[in-house]
Amino acid sequence: MTQSAAATSVTRAAGALERLPPPTSLLLVAGAAGLLVGSLRSDVFAQLTVQGLALGAVYGSLALALVLVYRATRVVNFAQGELAMATTYVAYQLIKWGLSYWEAFFATLAIAFVLGTVLEVALVRPVQHRSVIAAVIVTVGLFILIDGVVNWIWGGDFKYMPSPFGTKTYHLGGVSIARLYFGMLAVVLVSVLGVWALFRFTKLGLAMRAAALRPAESALVGVRVDRMLAIGWGLAAVLGAVAGLMAEPSQFFLDPTLMQPILVYAFAAAVLGGLESPAGAVVGGLAIGVSLNLVVQYVHPITSELQTPFAFAVLLAVLLLKPSGLLGRSEVRRV
Amino acid sequence: MTALLELEDVEARYGPVHALHGISLAVDEGSVVAVLGPNGAGKTTTLRAISGTVRRSGRIAFAGRPLHRVGPDGGARLGIAHVPEGRGTFSELTVWENLRLGAYTRRGSIQPELERVFTYFPWLSERRRQQAGTLSGGEQQMLALARAFVHRPRLLLLDEPSLGLAPVLVAELFRIVRDLNETEGLTVLVVEQNAHLALQAADAGYVLEAGRVALSGTSAELKTDDSVRRSYLGD
Repeated sequence: MTQSAAATSVTRAAGALERLPPPTSLLLVAGAAGLLVGSLRSDVFAQLTVQGLALGAVYGSLALALVLVYRATRVVNFAQGELAMATTYVAYQLIKWGLSYWEAFFATLAIAFVLGTVLEVALVRPVQHRSVIAAVIVTVGLFILIDGVVNWIWGGDFKYMPSPFGTKTYHLGGVSIARLYFGMLAVVLVSVLGVWALFRFTKLGLAMRAAALRPAESALVGVRVDRMLAIGWGLAAVLGAVAGLMAEPSQFFLDPTLMQPILVYAFAAAVLGGLESPAGAVVGGLAIGVSLNLVVQYVHPITSELQTPFAFAVLLAVLLLKPSGLLGRSEVRRV
Repeated sequence: MTALLELEDVEARYGPVHALHGISLAVDEGSVVAVLGPNGAGKTTTLRAISGTVRRSGRIAFAGRPLHRVGPDGGARLGIAHVPEGRGTFSELTVWENLRLGAYTRRGSIQPELERVFTYFPWLSERRRQQAGTLSGGEQQMLALARAFVHRPRLLLLDEPSLGLAPVLVAELFRIVRDLNETEGLTVLVVEQNAHLALQAADAGYVLEAGRVALSGTSAELKTDDSVRRSYLGD
């Protein structure tokens, strides 16, 4: 019974791979094989790969937030990273007030959800249909506003939060990997899967997808479109909060610039995945995370100082060479 | 019979352009009413005024309730299903997801509604996983209708269902609408270019011209009216 279930899921996974555009699936398989071979041959390579995947999951989470917002409201939210940073400060404050790390974690996700919906209703909705530039200015303004408010409340100095995963390191042969990285990967992947399941299996998720795809038709079947778009922003803020909370321990301290490079990586990930594709955002995040880690180690002139410009170069290259990204598909439509 | 839907002196505009100049009409509960008229007469706008997808003024009452402050989503929750021109299927979603959205305002299991719809459109059941955008035009029109049926509306607004469809399909579509009307008492307001078909299926009709009601009556009356025969029935 379980065997046949496993067999079915394997066939399904294979089927999903087959549905991808062929060059993309080849690229993904080749990439995964390359990482595996590299990891088996070199301990350092293996460590960098796992680390890169963990960081990449964080980028993917923020990228997914960008994609959700873009799909729902056609707005590129430049403030998504700063919002994530601010919610991480909220968690910091809650812990300082005496909550345990995980109590603060979940409380922060709830606060992020409310914050995201409020921002959509108060700031984005009034300008959304005015012009593209108005929406861009609002999110850039929000970036500056959040940055200012965080500096005003908490100051710009480093803050320290307790580590959510302890300081244990696992050793396998010559490979040592901190428990932190497995923790980051697990938390982000669970959050992403949760959001995916919500969209895929619930009536609310279906209504949210419909509202983003075809607002007018959705209203005609009784969907409260405005409410769905606000919930979309709320969910994006939750994913951002997860990204911020998981980025903080990898940096070992919290300061107001926490998410600024990560926003660039997330944009690169989102565009690499195809700006409209949630799965693409996550795959793109993982790919960017791993490749940044490996490139900095192995490609001679690129050092960690050039990491962010390198990610930006990837972003530009994708926009120029393959604007639909890896998983962005042109829509199937017959008249 | 009481009127399920009443419009009194309804005006509508797109920006500066007046599309309706005071339309009054009534649709009795359990009847099929056709709206006829040339292109640009305001037929589609009349439906849009009812479902709240265009700015309108005047009095609109549905089941005795004023509709003028109710948006399209509110109208759907009150039991109005509007199948817009160009079908309005969610082409990116699957057939099943389209049907599920049709029943969005319904609580609890929608299985009985689906079973019921599958008796009218058996092929939908086998193709529930198919992306709606990959259906043919006729199939999409049927899906749009099926989606409206799972809603179990009190009032169905149908906009140009025959547009771009093969005559066989059009006949099939009107047969199903008529059947639902007779067996389940569904009230229908249908906009149709093909006056012949529309008057065959409808109990009564309104002829619009330049945003006004030019003529109204029972289908039998309209069919024998000289101006209707000349302009719309091609006699």
